[in-house]
Amino acid sequence: MPIPVRLRVNNTSCEHTVEPRVLLVHYLRDFCGLTGTHVGCETGICGACTVLVDGQPVKSCTMFAVQADGFDVTTIEGIATNGHLHPVQQGFWDCHGLQCGFCTPGMIMASVHLLAQNASPSREQIAEGLRGNLCRCTGYSHIFDAVNQAAGQSARITGVARG
Amino acid sequence: MRGSISNRRLFEPRSLRDALRMLRDEGPLVPMAGCTDLYVSLNFGTLKDTRFLNLWRLDALRKIETRGAGVSIGALATHTNIMRSALVGKRLPMLAAACREIGGVQIQNRGTLGGNVANASPAGDTLPVLAAADAVVVLASAGGIRRVPFTAFYTGYRRSVMRPDELIVAFDIPAVHGRQWFRKVGTRAAQAISKVVMAACDDDRPRIAVGSVGPTVVRLPRTEAALASGASIADARRTLVDEITPIDDLRSTAEYRRRVAANLLARCLTEFGMS
Ligand SMILES: Cc1cc2nc3c(=O)[nH]c(=O)nc-3n(C[C@H](O)[C@H](O)[C@H](O)COP(=O)(O)OP(=O)(O)OC[C@H]3O[C@@H](n4cnc5c(N)ncnc54)[C@H](O)[C@@H]3O)c2cc1C
Ligand code: FES
Ligand code: FES
Repeated sequence: MPIPVRLRVNNTSCEHTVEPRVLLVHYLRDFCGLTGTHVGCETGICGACTVLVDGQPVKSCTMFAVQADGFDVTTIEGIATNGHLHPVQQGFWDCHGLQCGFCTPGMIMASVHLLAQNASPSREQIAEGLRGNLCRCTGYSHIFDAVNQAAGQSARITGVARG
Repeated sequence: MRGSISNRRLFEPRSLRDALRMLRDEGPLVPMAGCTDLYVSLNFGTLKDTRFLNLWRLDALRKIETRGAGVSIGALATHTNIMRSALVGKRLPMLAAACREIGGVQIQNRGTLGGNVANASPAGDTLPVLAAADAVVVLASAGGIRRVPFTAFYTGYRRSVMRPDELIVAFDIPAVHGRQWFRKVGTRAAQAISKVVMAACDDDRPRIAVGSVGPTVVRLPRTEAALASGASIADARRTLVDEITPIDDLRSTAEYRRRVAANLLARCLTEFGMS
């Protein structure tokens, strides 16, 4: 029995009729065409599918699209402004925070929230904030460097993530 | 999603009363809270049910408030809500410590206390805290409310006294005097199921609970009694090793779990200033 859903994705309203079984991550990819959000494990472990729901990071494979009805969703596509990378994206670029790039959208969304909570985290706090995200390539070290660089520019962070 | 071409039905109650009526009239329904456990079983195809009851919007079940000298925590309170609650930090710091160890931030934002308990995994990290704190599970159905001591809630591996027409609505936790202690041992905190998890408090007498060492979380009445009558740490370790019945499984061996549980107990008692 398809159900209508209406939500805001990256500040654009989206309305579709979806089967209740459609996961938020598949909704974003298949209905909204936003394939930046990756699907890794589909069991809540890897964090590749992390998006912000009302500013809070969640794994979008652990949520049905119909449960996001009425909420505000931010994906990796929604954080650059006017062609300028978000400081966290710039950090990943400058510090080689990615190799294959599979974990990157989730890492970046989790990091955006981390810096919104704590503008100058220690390396331990960065590791703690990203412990729900797995990377099989980088060994994490360059990811932490990337977040650290972005933190240095936190004054420029526009506050995509709330709370 | 694998194994799910079937027609799933979703019920969206507007209030707790609505939800309880739906459970009575449309049941059996599978309650959905943060879904961090549910999707895993859906995806593995181990959950065949196709009719769901979405609790997520029932904000009234998310309250964390004082109850006498204790705390009452709504079943839908997330691990993040609990970690951030000043009241929990003051009155039940061992619960905040447990929630802090659950998953990463994404799982903490969605996973709920009610889901951790109802999911009934013997490795659930909040379970030893609720057991050591002598919590009471508040269950509601269309017929009314009943209150079950947490230590009588589980009846076996993944089995509890909760009926299909009931929901957990809250946990009432009486005041815990004395010190509180929590420790989880696993491979990678955010992703791993605990190998051994322990919570303890030294109210007028010590109360100790362990998870992952049996089919359900357990209190340790013999070890507690030994300690209450002045046993040394070494004696208490020996009593604990006899008292628990862990198994070998893919995460670790029974022998390892016995040893780690005994070490945790020793660490806890040392931190409580015993010898
Ligand atoms: C990557 C990952 C890491 C995790 N790490 C940990 C960890 O470190 N420690 C840990 O303990 N757990 C962990 N978990 C498991 C899970 O996140 C927790 O058990 C969480 O608290 C479950 O809550 P939920 O609201 O998501 O439950 P749901 O998945 O919504 O529900 C779980 C079960 O409880 C039932 N249920 C939910 N709420 C109620 C209610 N109010 N009344 C009656 N029945 C109800 C549901 O029907 C279902 O059977 C992890 C999960 C993942 C995916
Ligand atoms: S795809 Fe969602 S956590 Fe791995
Ligand atoms: S860059 Fe390949 S998984 Fe992280």
